Amino acid sequence: MDVLVYLIPIALTLGLIGLIAFFWALNNNQYEDLDGAANRILFDEESDDK
Amino acid sequence: MESTEIPTKQAHHSELARCLYCNTPVSTEQRFCCSGCEEAYGNIKEAKSAAPEQKPFFSVFAVQDSAGHYSLTLSIKNIHCAACVQRVERGLYEHEGVLTARVNMSTDRLTYSWKGAKEYGDILANAVINLGYDLVPFGGSKKDHSNDQEKYLLRCLAVAGFAMGNLMMISIGLWSEESKLMGNATQDFLHWVSIVIALPAIMYAGRPFFYSAISILKKRHTNMDVPISLAIILASAMSVSETLNHGEHIYFDSAVMLLFFLLIGRYLDVRAKGKAKESAQELLSKLQGTATVLKDGKQRVVPIHELKEGMTILVSAGENVPVDGKVSWGISELDVSLITGETIPKSVKEEDKVFAGTVNISAPIRIIASNSSDTSLLGDIVKLMEQSEKSQAYFVRIADKAAQLYTPIVHFMGLMTFLGWWLLGLAWQLALLNAITVLIITCPCALGLAVPVTQVLARGKLFKNGILLKSGDALERLAGIDIVVLDKTGTLTTGLPTLLDGQYNYRQLQIAASLAVNSKHPLSKAISNAYSKELVSIEKVKEFPGMGVQAFLDDKEVKLGSRQWCGEDSINDPESLELWLNIDGEKVCFNFIDSLRSDAREVVGKMQDAGLVIALLSGDTKQVVNKVAKSIGISTYFASLSPVDKCKYIDSMREKGRKILMVGDGLNDAPSLSSASVSMSPSSAIDITQNTADIVFQGEKLAPVYQSWRVALKANKLIKQNFTIAVLYNICAIPLAVMGYVTPLIAAIAMSSSSLVVIGNSFRLNRIRGL
Repeated sequence: MDVLVYLIPIALTLGLIGLIAFFWALNNNQYEDLDGAANRILFDEESDDK
Repeated sequence: MESTEIPTKQAHHSELARCLYCNTPVSTEQRFCCSGCEEAYGNIKEAKSAAPEQKPFFSVFAVQDSAGHYSLTLSIKNIHCAACVQRVERGLYEHEGVLTARVNMSTDRLTYSWKGAKEYGDILANAVINLGYDLVPFGGSKKDHSNDQEKYLLRCLAVAGFAMGNLMMISIGLWSEESKLMGNATQDFLHWVSIVIALPAIMYAGRPFFYSAISILKKRHTNMDVPISLAIILASAMSVSETLNHGEHIYFDSAVMLLFFLLIGRYLDVRAKGKAKESAQELLSKLQGTATVLKDGKQRVVPIHELKEGMTILVSAGENVPVDGKVSWGISELDVSLITGETIPKSVKEEDKVFAGTVNISAPIRIIASNSSDTSLLGDIVKLMEQSEKSQAYFVRIADKAAQLYTPIVHFMGLMTFLGWWLLGLAWQLALLNAITVLIITCPCALGLAVPVTQVLARGKLFKNGILLKSGDALERLAGIDIVVLDKTGTLTTGLPTLLDGQYNYRQLQIAASLAVNSKHPLSKAISNAYSKELVSIEKVKEFPGMGVQAFLDDKEVKLGSRQWCGEDSINDPESLELWLNIDGEKVCFNFIDSLRSDAREVVGKMQDAGLVIALLSGDTKQVVNKVAKSIGISTYFASLSPVDKCKYIDSMREKGRKILMVGDGLNDAPSLSSASVSMSPSSAIDITQNTADIVFQGEKLAPVYQSWRVALKANKLIKQNFTIAVLYNICAIPLAVMGYVTPLIAAIAMSSSSLVVIGNSFRLNRIRGL
């Protein structure tokens, strides 16, 4: 059962990474404009400027 | 919104046209849905330079950040697709000094920031307007509180979800048959891991319930959050004590799972409520723009909230009337649908009264303000709505009613168990343990789930029928109604005039339709809709505001418009909807009717049979209302009511103890909608009314009103059954717990099986017949 000592922390760390990623996304307003993001992908590349 | 209305209307009468670029349905005359698409398609390379008649004056709403840059958030109209977003954003970036520009498609907001003077923001706004997008200022930069609340709950939900997943994983090990093989050391280790996960998660994710419970206890009341909080805290406390004493079982998994499911329900509720608030802001934005004031022969742009009584205001075509007043110059037609719900424009001339929130359609007029903007009729309606919404707080949700009965009994039993065992000579620790077992086994899992599960299912069922249920407690309120109050225009009727058969011939209809396509008047649209074949070519088309359309056909004058204007002297029923066509002296009349929803009679009949009282309230004249009421079989009806009258009627019914369902679609109905116990509105209603209503239904039929009521009745029955089941479980389990016979296994089985039975019972909602 010694393996639990490694596996449980690993499982928790992976979960925590997901949780932190979600918090980051929420704080960065990633969920503010869901429709816009779907449409923005259709923008043509700017070839001449930027 | 407006944009979606056009295609649906067209869909019934002519073949659907689609935007050449993005395939959005458009009306037949148009090739593109928006100028963004037109540009993207390569039709227009340069922005149209049509100068607006009025310079925007939005910069007063701009806010300065710490770096000294200004930013401004405006509501933007007519955003359809990616092309629009790109066009607006790129258009802004082309200007010097623009730092950021971003269109939010979900909320239709444009936010941009710039370097330099505050007033520069107006030039930028003007640039966007020139691209063909309407901008409306909205509520300044006030922080959106419901949005914060949403995020707060979402964070709690995420943490609870994380903790639940990991605890379940560990629980599988702990509760499995093989767990007996694991040593005590391993079991303790797993218990400690659970504590490390669960305690912080419960402290974080349980806050919405704990705070609510504390605040309601301070007011010396109780709601569902009190037993929920107590159960979660006690289950955690007992699990911690079990761990410390190397006990066998812990209950963190149950506690966190309960928390997770309850948070889902709470999040969905807050989201629906937030949407409603958002649009109340939009309505107020009608009072937050600017107006052109005429003073000493000069035009001056003034924010609407600074308008004073006696000022002369110029309202050009297409603008909102900013304030209540009297017309001092000019003749025009006003779209009054926002105030009265009537789709037919009202013609106004000098000395006529006009109301804030109406839209001037055809020609510029000058008005003299009769009061300042915050005391306008529109302002009054908003205030009425806010008041009524507050008064609705007296409604006590079923779950809270149950909690008020349930909590004291259960807690009293817990206390008695402790005292009983203690007085019988048991050690106080063991007596306390027995008391806690009583409280845990009566854990309101099933009670807590009884309402949300049923409501989620009811919501899904209604949604499939095109009915959108906005707040969960609306179902509970709907189930209790005993009187249904209907509005006429747009609710019982479709709100769109249709052409009646009459004494006109094919050629006359053809000419009328050729003239009608040049006008946006609803009656003209009705003619266009009724005629879909080839048009004749006419010349020198001119529209006379409030009168009609004039043109020349083979050098002969043709006119389509009002009775007097077309040279007909006779006078008949002033209430009938009619247009006259004059072809070089040959006169013909077209009659229209605001037709009833096809199943109005049947639905009203069904509800009357079921014992509901139906009443009809309308702002329309007595003859019209009388006729409609008779044809449907409604005996209680009132005509010529103002928004305030309607609201008073609802209030008086409520004081008599009646439970009212109000169905309406105009802004004039909005106060009554929020004053009634529960309200519905068709999806053709204006935004603010839809958002006030608890339930919004789609389609051309009235049947959803009846369907929702049936589903509500059934849901309520199921909720009550669920409570009964939960209470029965407790009645069986409590004596055992009081006696101290409950083993952890029995507790776990009782808790989860009662929840499962409640969920299973709720699924019977899908078996309503006759819908």
